[in-house]
Amino acid sequence: MNNKPENTYYLPAGLPIPVSEPDGLSEPFWSGLKMERLRIQHCSHCHTWQFGPEWLCHHCRRFDPEWQDIEPKGKIYSWERVWHPSHDALKNHGPYIAILVELPQAGNVRVIGNLLGDPMQEVVIGAQVVGVFEHHHDAKPAYSLLQWRCKES
Amino acid sequence: MKVNTLRGQVAVVGIGESNYYRHGQSPDPEFKLALRAILAACEDAGINPAEIDGFASFSDDRNDASRLAAALGIRQLRSATMQWGGGGGGSCAAVANGAAAIHAGMADCVVVFRSLAQGQFGRFGQTTGIDTISGEKAYLMPYGVLAPPQRFAMRVRRFMHEHGVKQEAMRAIAMASYHHAQANPRAVMHGKPLDQERYDNARWVVEPFRLYDCCMENDGAAAIILVSQERARDFKNKAAYILGAASGSGFRAGADPHNSPDYPSANFGTLAPDLYRMAGVRPDDIGVVQSYENFTGGVLMALVEHGLVNVQDINQFFTLGNLTAPAGRLPLNTSGGNLAECYVHGLELVIEAVRQVRGTSTSQADRSDIALVIGGPMVTPASNLLLGSETVL
Repeated sequence: MNNKPENTYYLPAGLPIPVSEPDGLSEPFWSGLKMERLRIQHCSHCHTWQFGPEWLCHHCRRFDPEWQDIEPKGKIYSWERVWHPSHDALKNHGPYIAILVELPQAGNVRVIGNLLGDPMQEVVIGAQVVGVFEHHHDAKPAYSLLQWRCKES
Repeated sequence: MKVNTLRGQVAVVGIGESNYYRHGQSPDPEFKLALRAILAACEDAGINPAEIDGFASFSDDRNDASRLAAALGIRQLRSATMQWGGGGGGSCAAVANGAAAIHAGMADCVVVFRSLAQGQFGRFGQTTGIDTISGEKAYLMPYGVLAPPQRFAMRVRRFMHEHGVKQEAMRAIAMASYHHAQANPRAVMHGKPLDQERYDNARWVVEPFRLYDCCMENDGAAAIILVSQERARDFKNKAAYILGAASGSGFRAGADPHNSPDYPSANFGTLAPDLYRMAGVRPDDIGVVQSYENFTGGVLMALVEHGLVNVQDINQFFTLGNLTAPAGRLPLNTSGGNLAECYVHGLELVIEAVRQVRGTSTSQADRSDIALVIGGPMVTPASNLLLGSETVL
């Protein structure tokens, strides 16, 4: 069982919990994060990377592209510092940073996460970041997120 | 050779709106607002509402065409079209879809409408009350990327980064909308001017959007009446003809989450050439522009993609003086639009373009025979529309 205290989450509990669609399309992604694996669709036929997931490869149109594990490393493609609380769970929380991370080892597909650390830090587009898995074992249902921190130079 | 085109085939002969309110302030429910806007448009045109035989809307409007037809006592419903997609992406496409039905002989008189009471049905800026989420939003909401401001800020940030765009360019767009709203008694922000200091001191909603970079949340409805060009001269107001229209988006614009190949864009790269080709119009011919402002940053991109501004000139071009009627280089959002008139998902911008062509705007542009409307930057499908007076046909 996870022994980390609850307050290690970047954002307060109570935000919407991510789950796979009823048809299971993104299940390998979300179950992967729980196992600390970042999985991105990769077509074994034409080698196209694809995210978000889809039932077929957009390039060669083969069905059911495979999920491939990749190292959670990337670079900041864009970012935003959020001030207005658009959810009751964020009331009185203060600013936080969301970033769009480009994954060069996966065809430059992009994923979104939070940038850990000081919410007022300067954010540099192009900066290298490494993934940090954030497990919400106490949530119902339990889930995991992929967060990011700047790579130490 | 037969040329398939809407150019000059269909005209707007009536415009109408409900009163416009801050969200939660409407005494009427959303459906009643829709009825009020439609009846106002009929009165403006001078037609009996029973003559309507088609409805066109967008953004999953809740006010069903069949219920409207029954409520209005319409004799025969012949066309009911809904443009896919959210936000204002369909604000121009709904007009095009209604016009296409008329041009194809499937309807004679189409009302294009949008009714939106955020007080009654919930504010777009609030997302509380969702337990679990799947699909595109699952990749965003757990990270606090919840409502439209957070969903579009990173797109605009990347655009600013690539082209060296300064905050002042977005400020000029907000100030132009507020400037024009001061002359427009319908505008929710009438009597509430915006100056540089007020903009600069406003709180961040999400960087790079300050409060005044974001559209309002309102209760209101708008409607326009379309008929074929053969009938257009029979009505009491000067007709505004459709010169061209386009909708859609480019390659994998819908690749979520945030995986569109042309990410820092408003999605008009493929639409603008189609629009100009149909209309037989060049960017220089356009005298006045209504460009949907979900957020000011989207307007920057949209005007660049329509060839109205060179991307390297953004910081010089976007000044209050250049954007205001009557004599600015490109009078923009001359009713106040989504920022300061009313957020009716951009249909109020179509109405304003009609007023410009008629010459009845409260901020009339010097050149208004050809008026551009741009709907829903950064969403897909997006859409656009060119209207013109009879003299340019």
